[in-house]
Amino acid sequence: MGERKTLGPRIATWIPYAWLIIFFLAPFLIVFKISLSEPTLAVPPYAPVFESLADIWVKIGALSFANYTWLAEDALYIKAYGSSLWIAFVSTILAFLIGYPIAYGMARAPRGLRPILLMMVILPFWTSFLIRVYAWIGILKPEGLLNQFLFFVGVIDQPLTIINTNIAVYIGIVYSYLPFMVLPLYASLERMDETLLEAAADLGSTPLKTFWQVTFPLSLPGVFAGALLVFIPAVGEFVIPDLLGGSETLMIGRTLWNEFFFNRDWPVASAVAIVLLALLVVPIVIFQNAQARMRETR
Amino acid sequence: MKAALGAVRRSFQPWADPAAKPFITFRGVTKRFGQFVAVDNQTLEIFEREFHALLGPSGCGKTTLLRMLAGFETPSEGDILLEDKPLAGVPPHRRPVNMMFQSYALFPHMSVEANVAFGLKQDKLPKSEIGDRVADVLKLVKMEAFARRKPDQLSGGQRQRVALARAIAKRPKVLLLDEPLGALDKKLREETQFELINLQETLGLTFVIVTHDQEEAMTMADRISVMDHGRIVQVASPAEIYERPKSRYVADFIGSVNIFEAEVDNVTPERIHLATTDGFDVACDADIAAAKGQTVWFAVRPEKVRISHAAPADAGINAVAGEVWDIAYFGDMTLFNVRLDSGRIVRASAMNAARIVEQPITWEDRVWLSWSADAGVVLLD
Repeated sequence: MGERKTLGPRIATWIPYAWLIIFFLAPFLIVFKISLSEPTLAVPPYAPVFESLADIWVKIGALSFANYTWLAEDALYIKAYGSSLWIAFVSTILAFLIGYPIAYGMARAPRGLRPILLMMVILPFWTSFLIRVYAWIGILKPEGLLNQFLFFVGVIDQPLTIINTNIAVYIGIVYSYLPFMVLPLYASLERMDETLLEAAADLGSTPLKTFWQVTFPLSLPGVFAGALLVFIPAVGEFVIPDLLGGSETLMIGRTLWNEFFFNRDWPVASAVAIVLLALLVVPIVIFQNAQARMRETR
Repeated sequence: MKAALGAVRRSFQPWADPAAKPFITFRGVTKRFGQFVAVDNQTLEIFEREFHALLGPSGCGKTTLLRMLAGFETPSEGDILLEDKPLAGVPPHRRPVNMMFQSYALFPHMSVEANVAFGLKQDKLPKSEIGDRVADVLKLVKMEAFARRKPDQLSGGQRQRVALARAIAKRPKVLLLDEPLGALDKKLREETQFELINLQETLGLTFVIVTHDQEEAMTMADRISVMDHGRIVQVASPAEIYERPKSRYVADFIGSVNIFEAEVDNVTPERIHLATTDGFDVACDADIAAAKGQTVWFAVRPEKVRISHAAPADAGINAVAGEVWDIAYFGDMTLFNVRLDSGRIVRASAMNAARIVEQPITWEDRVWLSWSADAGVVLLD
C-alpha cells in the first residue's frame, strides 16, 4: 500500500530527469561524439567514431582529441573565446549599472504602480527578438534615427559610425538582456523588509549609507542571478554580433556558425560548442557554491 | 540592592511635582493618514527616567505616536519636544532616540556583533571603543556567547535580546519599544518584563513602550497612557488606572470588572447613592460631580465582591442575591459567575485561603454578593 502511494510522486520527480536526459544529455553526448571524429566529405560530414558495439572497446583507447588540440593551436579560437567572454562581461556590467536603478525605482514605486512597471519591462518579449535586433539597425545606421536626431539637435556634423562596430554589439546585448537583469533584482529588492531601513535610520545611518550597508548587500543574490542570466546567453550570442557587429567583432557564436555552415567541419564545430559549454559551467558552479556558502553562514 | 531600587521607585513621581520639567512633550499632536485620523490632537508629557506605557487595542494610535517620536512619521499638526527642543525637521538618523522594533528588524546579513555595532559605527567611534561597548551590552543581555551568530541561527528570545542590545548600545536618551515581548511565549515574557525593569533602573534611561497587553503595561510601567481611537483617555500609574478608572472604557480594558447602569438617587459630600437598573441600591464613597436623576455607571472588580450563602447584615444596600451560574477554579482563587434575578451575570472571585471548606459554594446555589462602600467607583462616561 505504501509503495502504491509513492509511485505517483516518484513518476512526477522522474519527469524533469527524463526531460533533461532526452533533450540535454543525449544531444550533448551526440555532439561530444561528433567532436571526437574526423571530418569527411559525406553525409553526415564526419567519420563514425565506432562502427559497432564491439568496436567501442577497441576505439576507446585510441580516441582522437585532435579537434580540441586544434582549438588550442589556432589563435582564432582562443581570441574568439576571449573576446566573447570580455564582451559578455562588459555587457553584464553595463546591464547591472542600468538595471539596478530601474529595479530599485520599481521596488520603491507605489504598490499600485508596480504591476504596470513590471509589465513594461516584460512587454518587449511580446515582439520577436530578431525583429527587435533588426530595429536597432534602423536606429544605429549612418542615416538612421540616432544620427538624424543628433544632427537635428546639432551635437554632430558628421554621422557617427555605430553600426557594424563593437559598440553596436554592446548596445544590442544590453538592450536585449536588460529584463533578465532587472527582474531578479526587482524580486530581491521588492521583498526586502522595509523596517530594516527604518532600523538603520534609527541607529544613525544616513539614507546613502543605509543603501550601501543594508539594501545592496541584501540584494546580492538578485545581482548574482541577474548577472548570470545576462552573462551566459551573451557569451554564446550569435544573432546580435552577426546583425549589428562588424568584421572586427569576434564572437564564439559566429565562429561556431562559420565552422558548421561554411567550413562544414562538424567535428571542430562540435569541439567549439563543448568547450563553450565547459567555460559556462564554471561560473555557474562558482555561483552555486557561493550561494550554498551564504546559506550556510546564515 | 533590590529593596533600594524599590524605594527609589516608590518616591519616583515627577508628574506629581508641578515644578518638574517634562523630558518629552507631545503638544496638540494630530496625525492623519488620508481621511483616517490616527492620533487626534493629543498632549502628553513624559518625564526623564520614566517607564511610560502606551496601552490600547490595535489601531488606537499608540504605534503612530511612537513612530512620530522616532521620526518615521511626521505629525500633521502639533509639536513633539525633547528636552524643550522641537523635533520637527530632525530626520530619524539624527534623533537621540533608539527603537526596538516589534519584528526586531535585525540585519540578516550581519552577525549579532555587527548588528549591535551598527549604530556605534555610524557615530565613527574608534574601533576599540566599539568593541568594548558591544561586549558590554551583549553581556548585559547575556548574549556574549552568541556574538558571531547570524540572526536566523537564534531563537525568538535570543533575537529579542539582540534587538534590545542594539537599541541600547548607543545609550539613547529615550528607548522606544514597540510591542517588544509580543513574539515571546508567556514564561519568557514574564522573565523579560522584570529584566527590562532592572535594565531601565541600571541604565537610567527613559523608556516608552507600546503594548496592547494590559498585564505587561501594569507590571513594567511607572505610568500608563490608555488610548482609544486616537485619543489618550487616561494617564496615570498602574494602581490609579486599576482602582480609579475614569471611564467604562478604561475600567473594562484594564482587568476584569462588573459594570452596572444606575441612576443617581442622592449625593452627600462623601457618599453617592445609586439605584441600579438591576434592582439593587449602591452607596459609594466618591466625590463626584453628579446630579440627582443623572445616569451613571457603577463599576466594581470581581475580587472586591464578597460571595456568601448567608445574607449580609445590611442586605438593603451594596448587596444583591443571585444563583451560581458557573465556577472557574484556578487553584489560588476561584471565579464565580453569578446570575442575578435581572438576568445579568456578575463576576466575583475568592481566594482559596483554606484547603478544606465546610460548605463550599457550588453550582445553582443561592448566594449573596456584597461589597463595601469603598470597593467600587462611579463613572460618568
